Amino acid sequence: MNKVVTDVEEAIADIEDGATIAIGGFFAAGVPRTLLKALIAKGTKNLTLACGSGPLLGAVGELNALVKNSQLKKVIDSYGLFRSATKGKQDPFEQRVRSGEIELEIYPMGTLSEKYRAAGVGIPAFFTPVGSGSLVEEATLTNIGSNRKRKETRVIDGRTCLLEYALKPDFAFVHAWKGDSEGNLQYRKTARNFNHVMAMAAKVTIAEVEQLVEPGQLDPDAVHTPGIFVQRVVNVPRIAFSITNL
Amino acid sequence: MKQFEGLPREIIALRVAQEIKDNSYVNLGIGIPTLVSNWLEGRDVLLQSEIGMLKTGALAEGEQVDQDLINASSQPVTEIPGTAYFDICDSFGMIRGGYMDVTVMGAFQVTEKGDFASWLNPSRGLDGIGNIGGSMDLAVGARQLFIAMEHTTNDGQPKIVRTLTYPATAEGKVNLIFTDLAVIEVTPDGLLLKEIYPGLTPKDIQSVTEPKLLIAKDLKEIEL
Repeated sequence: MNKVVTDVEEAIADIEDGATIAIGGFFAAGVPRTLLKALIAKGTKNLTLACGSGPLLGAVGELNALVKNSQLKKVIDSYGLFRSATKGKQDPFEQRVRSGEIELEIYPMGTLSEKYRAAGVGIPAFFTPVGSGSLVEEATLTNIGSNRKRKETRVIDGRTCLLEYALKPDFAFVHAWKGDSEGNLQYRKTARNFNHVMAMAAKVTIAEVEQLVEPGQLDPDAVHTPGIFVQRVVNVPRIAFSITNL
Repeated sequence: MKQFEGLPREIIALRVAQEIKDNSYVNLGIGIPTLVSNWLEGRDVLLQSEIGMLKTGALAEGEQVDQDLINASSQPVTEIPGTAYFDICDSFGMIRGGYMDVTVMGAFQVTEKGDFASWLNPSRGLDGIGNIGGSMDLAVGARQLFIAMEHTTNDGQPKIVRTLTYPATAEGKVNLIFTDLAVIEVTPDGLLLKEIYPGLTPKDIQSVTEPKLLIAKDLKEIEL
């Protein structure tokens, strides 16, 4: 089996306007920057980017380009805005969230990671105690009022739990350190973060890998994401970046 | 204006560090809690970071900086013998699953019932959306939840209140509150004043605290 595509343009060629794409990474670590750059060049519009913890803040140059090109309809995240209110006010993304031009939907991080995991393991929904007693319990947290749907709750073992649904993106962009041509992936240090679970969740997972190797060259005991969760592999250069100050 | 001068932030962090027992797994939030790590050197305390790292080392500087190695506050950190990396679901499994012995977080407000608010400052004007990050998961899963914060706002308003006016992070979860002026325990009977900044009286602390304080029989000055 060979899942290698020649370049990032070919890897994302079938992504159409309106797609939902999971974006790996946690702030600056493990963000699929080269695939994001290709998405900017392709100019696909009306996108929903399903994130985990601020990968677009970690790749703020790419975020600014996506905003400038009006490619974003919606972002899902647990930490999608700058921590500094002053920085936030000057941030083009936050400005469009404030004006309602871009929707921002927020979840507790552990709930969001479990929504991806549920999608990846065939569980349609789950109950969690996280968010009980907060605004998260009342309705979906989004800046678009008409999309604030009430949440179902149930008391389990004396605790109020919220029903959360699986989140299954059309595509996932993940960044790995090493990958073989059959899609087995290995991440480096804290760059693993959301990449593995997003690879499991999406209908089509596209992995950009810094080192592309042949089957047999990864230690089978050290594979983090088995190739069955990965549909396309593309070799990208290791890009040096600065670590975002939030 | 603040009415009383108390401990600097670094020293609030030191007092928190004293309360953490050896052989503990600990998660530190942003703000004063981050400073707690400066006082844990040489202690058998293992720090967890939500990003997917157990046994995080000190902050990285200069040539130590590795772009694939940051903590959950987006700071470059170092790896030490015994460090483990894992994916985000394992990380929140540890957090939500109740494996963290102690979680230390900052807060805008805390109530006498142990409710607290930390994730959204309404003055930012974002109409009920903001960065939750891992705060709600951490609060739910913590075996012990410590809040480390200033006792009042910069203009002297109490942060220990009867009812939250900021959006809640979680209800009934806080165990201990460490401020620049006092150490206060959240008990079923109410807030118990246990330690006090040298030179201040319980009456002084009450004057900058909304709920009625119970005074510990063995009330003492904050010892460092």
